[in-house]
Amino acid sequence: MKRHTKRYFPIFVLPTLVAFTIAFIIPFVLGIVLSFTEFTTVIDAKWVGIKNYRAAFGNKEFLNALWFTVRFSIVSVATINVFAFLLALLLTKKIKGTNLFRTVFFMPNLIGGIVLGYIWQLIINGVLYHYEVTLTFSPTYGFWGLVILMNWQMIGYMMVIYIAGIQNIPKDVMEAAMIDGARPLQILKSVTIPLVMPSFTICLFLTMSNSFKLFDQNLALTAGAPSKKTTMMALDIYNTFYGSVGSEGIGQAKAVLFFIIVALVAFIQLRITRDKEVEN
Amino acid sequence: MNKERRKRKTSRIVIFVILIVLAALFISPILIVLINSFKGKFFISETPFELPNAETFVEFENYTGGIGKTGFLHAAGWSFFITVCSVAVIIIFTSMTAWFITRVKNRFNNMLYYLFAFSMIVPFQMVMFTMTKVANMLHLDNPVGIIFIYLGFGAGLSVFMFSGFVKSIPMELEEAAMIDGCNTLTTFFRVVMPVLKPIAVTVGILNTMWIWNDYLLPYLLIGSEYRTIPIAIQYLKGGYGSIDMGAMMAMLVLAIIPIVVFYLACQKYIIEGVVAGAIKG
Repeated sequence: MKRHTKRYFPIFVLPTLVAFTIAFIIPFVLGIVLSFTEFTTVIDAKWVGIKNYRAAFGNKEFLNALWFTVRFSIVSVATINVFAFLLALLLTKKIKGTNLFRTVFFMPNLIGGIVLGYIWQLIINGVLYHYEVTLTFSPTYGFWGLVILMNWQMIGYMMVIYIAGIQNIPKDVMEAAMIDGARPLQILKSVTIPLVMPSFTICLFLTMSNSFKLFDQNLALTAGAPSKKTTMMALDIYNTFYGSVGSEGIGQAKAVLFFIIVALVAFIQLRITRDKEVEN
Repeated sequence: MNKERRKRKTSRIVIFVILIVLAALFISPILIVLINSFKGKFFISETPFELPNAETFVEFENYTGGIGKTGFLHAAGWSFFITVCSVAVIIIFTSMTAWFITRVKNRFNNMLYYLFAFSMIVPFQMVMFTMTKVANMLHLDNPVGIIFIYLGFGAGLSVFMFSGFVKSIPMELEEAAMIDGCNTLTTFFRVVMPVLKPIAVTVGILNTMWIWNDYLLPYLLIGSEYRTIPIAIQYLKGGYGSIDMGAMMAMLVLAIIPIVVFYLACQKYIIEGVVAGAIKG
């Protein structure tokens, strides 16, 4: 079978591989190379060593965006997962209408980031109007606006993953705990949470990487206002590339740093939570 | 025992009420947008929580105006075309690739697998600028070329997920088909593809959600000539920050309708698909 099948490489693999090379491999390698050069059109690149990286680290907007992104990610990862897990607990108690509730809570997840941003801009501005300010009055409003938006979008998504995790807990383990006289809180702490650890790994990973890479929602809700104080990393990189001519090299260096940070955060987070998983 | 049961019953009612309140909170943002889409544009920002009245009600003016301003119907057409074609292309080609590199084991295929997996963690901004340039040079900056780019970009997750599934299906079936005289192509499409159906649904749903809502990639690649729905909505913002709120509300409603219809029609597959995708991804 093998020798026969091998000949089909051009049909089976080549189309995907060519597309993957053009859309990902070449741009990725080129991106790393260009981060060490000065350029405006790719072809006119001049080698400048680590100058772009120095510029990126000395760039206030970049550092500000990094700090904003880190704070935002911590707050939204914590809130989303707490609410999603609590909802999942409620929805696995065999309450009437569970399916309908699940449908409703999950729905915002399907709406795109741009649309979400403008929906929440309307609502938050409507509330703030009573206090005679707008969303772009202070970066604090933008920050919490983004947190609320992210919660609305991702709680349902994480909730369905937690529900799947809770439903996977073997019934006999639960029954054994109840027969032993464990109280509900004890069961939660010593049975449920340890056994849904794999779900926590997935959910923390998804919320963390989505928070770090957030772009559309940021662009639509505040676009970084006021004075770029609510700009997150992805938006800052975009602004560096397309906001001014001549800083493409710095933009690319920022992009490489962004990639490294995202990869590191994902790696560290997976290491920590995987260690806490138990065999079941 | 009776007391215990009554206690449990009240706690259930309490939970039910909490859930109802939460569900109402979750739906309300969409309802508020819907309500405002029927109000005059100057009555929206300041009083978004009021129902339209005789003074503020404008019938479908925001819809007709917004559609004209943004070219929404064209945008919906392009969104639909690009999403459907890209997802179909992704499912066919990445399933073939995944099956091949899983079944034909050699160092090159193994390396390919890890490259595809690696590409999943790379944020779009890393390749945003260079990918746009490469696509421009190769004249892929049009609604057909972008399908090819989506195949390349969606390949990581899709190949990864198909590969995971292929590993779990026994090879006997394929071997029997080949002994019966099927060649590799017919074996794949007649025997393997039907088995892959559940994972193909998952891959299809994940890619549909991504491509339909994607803003930046189509904006950079084809946005100057062709608008998709997210681009049309962002276009309303214009250069000077003043937004026609009436048109915006109407376009948000029109953007949400197809999603809600799609969701209600294949809700079961979507939630299952997303859970499966998250667990395997």
